[in-house]
Amino acid sequence: MAKTDIGPPDYKTMLPPVIARNYGKWRYHEIPKPGVLIHTAESGEKLYTVRAGSPRLISTDHIREICEIADKYCDGYLRFTSRHNIEFLLSDSEKVAPLLAELEKRGYPVGGTGHAISNIVHTQGWVHCHTPATDASGPVKALMDEIYDYFVTMKLPNHVRIALACCLNMCGAVHCSDIAILGIHRTVPKPDNTRVPNVCEIPNTVASCPTGAIRGDMKNKTVTITEEKCMYCGNCYTVCPAMPIADPDNDGISIWVGGKVSNARTAPSFSKLAIPFLPNNPPRWPEVVDAVKNIIEVYASHARKHERVGEWIERVGWERFFALTGIPFTDKHIDDFDLATDTFRSSTLFKWG
Amino acid sequence: MTKKATPLLDQLEKGRWPSFVKDMKQAAEKSPMADDLVGQLELSYKDKIGHWKHGGIVGVKGYGSGVIGRYSDRPDLFPNVQAFHTMRVNHPTGWFYKTDTLRRLCDVWDKHGSGLTNMHGSTGDVILLGTTTEHIQSCFDDLTEAGFDLGGSGSALRTPSACVGPGRCEWACIDSLDICYSVTMEFQDKIHRPMFPYKFKIKTSACPNDCVAAIARSDLSIIGTWKGEIPVDQSEVAAYAAAGLDIQKEVCDLCPTKCMEWNGKVLKIYDEDCTRCMHCINLMPKALRPGPERGATILIGGKAPILEGALLSWVVVPFMKLEPPYTELKDLIVRIQDWWDENGKSRERLGELIKRLGMRVFLRAVGLPPVPQMVKNPRTNPYVFFWPEDIQKEVK
Repeated sequence: MAKTDIGPPDYKTMLPPVIARNYGKWRYHEIPKPGVLIHTAESGEKLYTVRAGSPRLISTDHIREICEIADKYCDGYLRFTSRHNIEFLLSDSEKVAPLLAELEKRGYPVGGTGHAISNIVHTQGWVHCHTPATDASGPVKALMDEIYDYFVTMKLPNHVRIALACCLNMCGAVHCSDIAILGIHRTVPKPDNTRVPNVCEIPNTVASCPTGAIRGDMKNKTVTITEEKCMYCGNCYTVCPAMPIADPDNDGISIWVGGKVSNARTAPSFSKLAIPFLPNNPPRWPEVVDAVKNIIEVYASHARKHERVGEWIERVGWERFFALTGIPFTDKHIDDFDLATDTFRSSTLFKWG
Repeated sequence: MTKKATPLLDQLEKGRWPSFVKDMKQAAEKSPMADDLVGQLELSYKDKIGHWKHGGIVGVKGYGSGVIGRYSDRPDLFPNVQAFHTMRVNHPTGWFYKTDTLRRLCDVWDKHGSGLTNMHGSTGDVILLGTTTEHIQSCFDDLTEAGFDLGGSGSALRTPSACVGPGRCEWACIDSLDICYSVTMEFQDKIHRPMFPYKFKIKTSACPNDCVAAIARSDLSIIGTWKGEIPVDQSEVAAYAAAGLDIQKEVCDLCPTKCMEWNGKVLKIYDEDCTRCMHCINLMPKALRPGPERGATILIGGKAPILEGALLSWVVVPFMKLEPPYTELKDLIVRIQDWWDENGKSRERLGELIKRLGMRVFLRAVGLPPVPQMVKNPRTNPYVFFWPEDIQKEVK
């Protein structure tokens, strides 16, 4: 019988000695070049961090390769970041340049620091999820190939955090990202009346709907859906597997902009709708890649230094954001869900675009 | 190499960013499961639809969490992923690893699973992608032997996570790593045995930059903060200015409370107006640092949209000292979870419950005093509820 409730390995046993010695006594940091951080402690000791990109979906062979590199340059110490980057932790400044050379040789992008685009937080998609409206790893790979230069440089007005979630469940919290890529369904779930009676509990299925769109059909031991009430969240499918929501012809991607999680200057905020729908076009999602790249480039050329995407848009106004990016404004951009009128304008203070 | 034809996925092996397809094919060389995964994903790329069926309850002895059941809807084509379950493994706090530990994890996964992982999942766990029902228990046994344990899933406390904090960051106002580890160890039962109305997430960031998105992504968000004056090293401020930082334009003019003045020589901060947004400290880490009295702001209710819309966490404790063993924090967590557990409907997150019953009811139930820091402004509607004791009894 296995031990239970032992919890994760104690992080204190994973810290490099230079961190153990200077824990909580860091004085300042510098970014001498993209992807390299130097943290200096009160003691004067320095910790060198080299940050490298990763596809997040990685094999054990790949992890072993990372371990081999960390053994060679970092005495076997490394960490991962909250955005899925790999961080090699070094105490010897002499080893930084050889590590960078080896990473380049092996094809690891080094960057994601300062005013850069870091790795894209993303979800499982078609690789391993049961409710996706799009793939996750594929659009991320296609987009990162295209915006690679923004990862390995620090030339943007501020950092740009991009996240992708393959459905409204948002396992990757895309709802507060500078640019969010969100898989959406657009058609109602289709109850399979031969399977619902056997695999679903009708009351639970009815109760699972946030908008009250599902009604029980007790005579036939199934459910019916009021189409105009459904907002395609897929919650019922999680409760009742016999009513799939995926629709290859109508599922796709929406783009959201201007959110942030940090408290720097302005409060954390939600991303707002920029593009209601783009088609799923595997394997490289060209419409999505072009749309995101356009937003990044318009931001890069118009925002002031230190402005995040949302701060820039707030300053110039949403009307100008749509004018500058050339993104069409539609009735879908006007909220019609709970508390919708919070976003309506009640003043004459606006721009012409 | 896989013998399957994958013309669509092959296109994602090109390009400068590291390719997940290469990793999948690398795993496919050793694992028939990974090989069928490659085949099924190619089919998804062709059909533009996922080919995974819904859950099904699988798990390890004594736990209700940590394993997510997954089955192919095309086992006729891909028999090796007929069952392809996920193991969620609680990561070492801060995602710090020694290579020998990581290799032990790889050994376990090569023995029992597909050899594919996510380093890491969105909540923070190591995600081991794909094993069979028969292997779940033996994989868990080997994981615990290697020093690892499962994380949370379903209606449980999810694996808590924390920023790098005092491990590397000069801005850490609290020991985010130790708090996260201590909470994780204290509440093992709540992580492994789902007994809540829905999921519950706890995230700890050691300063208001909030590198783990605690306010956006957790039901209980712990954010390091401070009281007192920001210490200023004027010579370092001058050094930043000399190095080309425009102190007036880039620091003072972007200060949201306009609490700073720069006369070209001396930076003056009116700390009573500061809201601790970190902007000036972020720009001049050598010259400025958080003030002397350190603690945390506790916020609650954050979540993604499902079911009733996304919420950002709300301030409920403006300042709490956080020293080991963090008794005040843990007591508050228990009181909050007990109230939610008692009153929440199935699949109702804490924030949604507070919206339904009222913050006033919540504060009284868990014994927190109302303070102005909780709101951006007082209410604007006149529908004020009073407690029975506020109302004068009828005079005869």
